[in-house]
Amino acid sequence: MEERIRFNLNGRETEITIDPTLTLLWVLRDQFGLTGTKYGCGIGFCGACTIILEDEAVRSCLLPVSDVNGKKLLTIEGLAVNGQPHPIQKAFMEHDGLQCGYCTPGMIMNAYGLLLKNPEPSRQEVIDGMQENLCRCGAHIRIIEAVQSAAREMKGGK
Amino acid sequence: MKKRTIQKSGTGQENSFHLKRRDFFKLLGGGIIFYYSTWDPSELLALPLAQRRGVPTDYNAFLLIREDGTVNNYTGKIEMGQGIITSLAQQMADELDVTFESIHMVMGDTALCPWDAGTWGSLTTRQFSHHMCAAAAEARAVLLEMGAEYLQLPVSNLTVKEGVIHGISDPGKKVSYGELAKGKRLERYLDVKPAVKKYTEYNYVGQSLLHTDAWEKVTGKAKYTGDYRLPGMLYARILRPPSLGATLISVDYSEAEKMDGIQVVRDGDLVAVLHELPDMAAAALVKIKAEYSFDEKDVNQDTIFKYLLEAPSADREVARSGNLEEGQRMADAVIESEFHDGYVAHAPIEPHTALAIVEEDSATIWASTQSPFGTQDSIAALLGFDLEQVRVIAPFVGGGFGGKSPHQQAVEAVRLSKITGKPVMVAWTREEEFMYDTYRPAAVVRIRSGMTSSGKITLWNFSQYFAGSRGSDTIYAVPHALTMGYDQSRDAPQVHPFATGAWRAPGNNTNTFARESQIDIMAAQAGIDPLQFRLDNLEDQQMIDVLKAVADKFGYSPAAGPSGRGIGIACGIDAGTYVAHIARVKVNEETGEVKVIRVACAQDMGLCVNPQGATLQMESCITMGMGYALTEDIEFEGGKLFTKNFDSYQIPLFSWVPEIETVILDRQHMPPQGGGEPAIICMGGVIANAIFDATGARLYQLPMTPGRVLEAIRKARAS
Repeated sequence: MEERIRFNLNGRETEITIDPTLTLLWVLRDQFGLTGTKYGCGIGFCGACTIILEDEAVRSCLLPVSDVNGKKLLTIEGLAVNGQPHPIQKAFMEHDGLQCGYCTPGMIMNAYGLLLKNPEPSRQEVIDGMQENLCRCGAHIRIIEAVQSAAREMKGGK
Repeated sequence: MKKRTIQKSGTGQENSFHLKRRDFFKLLGGGIIFYYSTWDPSELLALPLAQRRGVPTDYNAFLLIREDGTVNNYTGKIEMGQGIITSLAQQMADELDVTFESIHMVMGDTALCPWDAGTWGSLTTRQFSHHMCAAAAEARAVLLEMGAEYLQLPVSNLTVKEGVIHGISDPGKKVSYGELAKGKRLERYLDVKPAVKKYTEYNYVGQSLLHTDAWEKVTGKAKYTGDYRLPGMLYARILRPPSLGATLISVDYSEAEKMDGIQVVRDGDLVAVLHELPDMAAAALVKIKAEYSFDEKDVNQDTIFKYLLEAPSADREVARSGNLEEGQRMADAVIESEFHDGYVAHAPIEPHTALAIVEEDSATIWASTQSPFGTQDSIAALLGFDLEQVRVIAPFVGGGFGGKSPHQQAVEAVRLSKITGKPVMVAWTREEEFMYDTYRPAAVVRIRSGMTSSGKITLWNFSQYFAGSRGSDTIYAVPHALTMGYDQSRDAPQVHPFATGAWRAPGNNTNTFARESQIDIMAAQAGIDPLQFRLDNLEDQQMIDVLKAVADKFGYSPAAGPSGRGIGIACGIDAGTYVAHIARVKVNEETGEVKVIRVACAQDMGLCVNPQGATLQMESCITMGMGYALTEDIEFEGGKLFTKNFDSYQIPLFSWVPEIETVILDRQHMPPQGGGEPAIICMGGVIANAIFDATGARLYQLPMTPGRVLEAIRKARAS
């Protein structure tokens, strides 16, 4: 009962023949070696597994891989181009918006989705938009600053 | 599993190790690292097990100068977000006189790094770094001797800059560390060990530097244990009982066995299903039918406090001065209080994970652990291997907070790899992470204290039950005081209904909450401003200084509580570091909800290696500490846990984040103290005191949930 599933993964057309009920998170990690996307809770509560699906931040731990057929996916590995960090990645580094780093890819992808929807968020809008992503290290205050700073830098479609 | 002993020749071991190491580096795609022995195994075997390990005396164990002049800096400590990957490199660079950029940290690998008990207790800077700096100082001096011979100049005529030795009178004469060491261990030792540098000679130490692991972490390249893959690797899911302490009576895994590619393992109480895909292992697990018997303690999150007070304990006098009767006689008012604190989970976002490959004469384990060497001890004992046959590697760890000192997941992975003969990944689910966490213990603190009418404390009788004694001794100058600890007795059965352990600043969160609340109660009763009351009862100048510093940072103006402003104060000592907090909260008196608006924190941590990193840890403590103060509580009935995932355990969120201001006192001339834990100890007390200041309601129990806040407000209004 394997199926062929085609999707665009980090800018590349991709095809895999696989059990369509498998979880996207584990397919990304095990079949594509994209281990930047993390397991944290398995119930869509923590956001460590956040990726961008069709310009929307989604929780990959809740999605069957069949759901991405014909769609466009972006994971943390696809964000930096030619070794140049994306402005959100750069801002996380410059603001030290991370500690253990385990929630970081999910935070960055969630911020990416947030800024797609709202390129000029207020501080409160950043807080609201990041609210569902959990960080246990307490890097929140720096993450808020990083997302605001990235938004400023990205203005004008940079 | 049966233990076994393997007879092996020394040569065989070396070969085995060499192969494993090559595989390892192939896997990482990293460069070649020169191998050396950090200790002589024959010496170790002559010692009883408990004393086998010690910090190596050979400085080569801590560093290796590579041919290109870069430096491998070895530490048995692990990086879990506390930032030592940066701060240790700062110290090493200064002590060796090389550039910060030339330092390459090699951490948490038992085959490469000097022995270390574990990354806990805020000990990296205040303990480990002394050994490391002494090693670097000796290496530097040896290199200078070698340089003197090479350049034909006396050592007194040499200077070092960025890893290059120059003649002072003849700066054209120079040789680099890399050219002298040639990537090998240095075989020369000094009879008289050179002194480490003075704080005035540091360059990098004291500078604020961004974390060096950020690039790997923002790109998803940073490898945590669960990110490793080995050919033929299987994911294991382990059958778990419905409650802790339940005993497996019967199990039927026939349906699971029928699934394609599933391997079922039963080894005593360990029942697991394995598959190359984690989803398939999970699907097989739910097909297993099992029966259990239950023998559970009749206790839950509400009755636990009475239960603890009645439980048998080991009684210990922690501190005593004067005599209590005299203190009582001198007092115009005596106040008795009892404080309660529930179980709290570590809840790192990375659950416990281990990847193990057990072969005939060796085992390699990647594990998310705070104690790679402790894990090595356990695995060697389990397999009947010598320590050198077991290699444990702790890559980046996704948060620990004390919860990753135990390493049950590594033991499980090793047992399953041994049985299946394949590499096995045990990656706990969030539910397993909550179930097998070693919670911060629930605890009771009783305080009886007395003071004169002018607010001078005369009596202090502090008793903690099952919290642990860290931070229990009073910080105030009291003539008649007794601090008692009532903790788990070694011989008695386990008192807590499930495993408990160290949680960021163990014991001290509970003890500081109780002490600082009691002080606030006394200050209010005396009608004295709570900052002034503290200053009046302190003699310790360091504590006085941090209190004044935080008051200054906050812009504090004195008022006796409850002032209605919602401002609270708390202070304490942890891991040698002095901290003081002032917080402002807003209490919704209709709902009981508490919003922390602003927190200022001052810290005297002695020499601060990386002020940026230390500031992050203070912010981390303040943010994380709001969780145990306000919401985090494990709900249970006997061994049955109702807290299973983040939907039933509320950790701090973005919307909680207050305005945070921090100040680190300039104490560069003092020895370094802890940085990862201290600033969390005041969070319960400072918020409780701010709630009192806002409402007049006194909270005696953590977490201060809306229900408890409302109840306290109701009581305050009634009295």
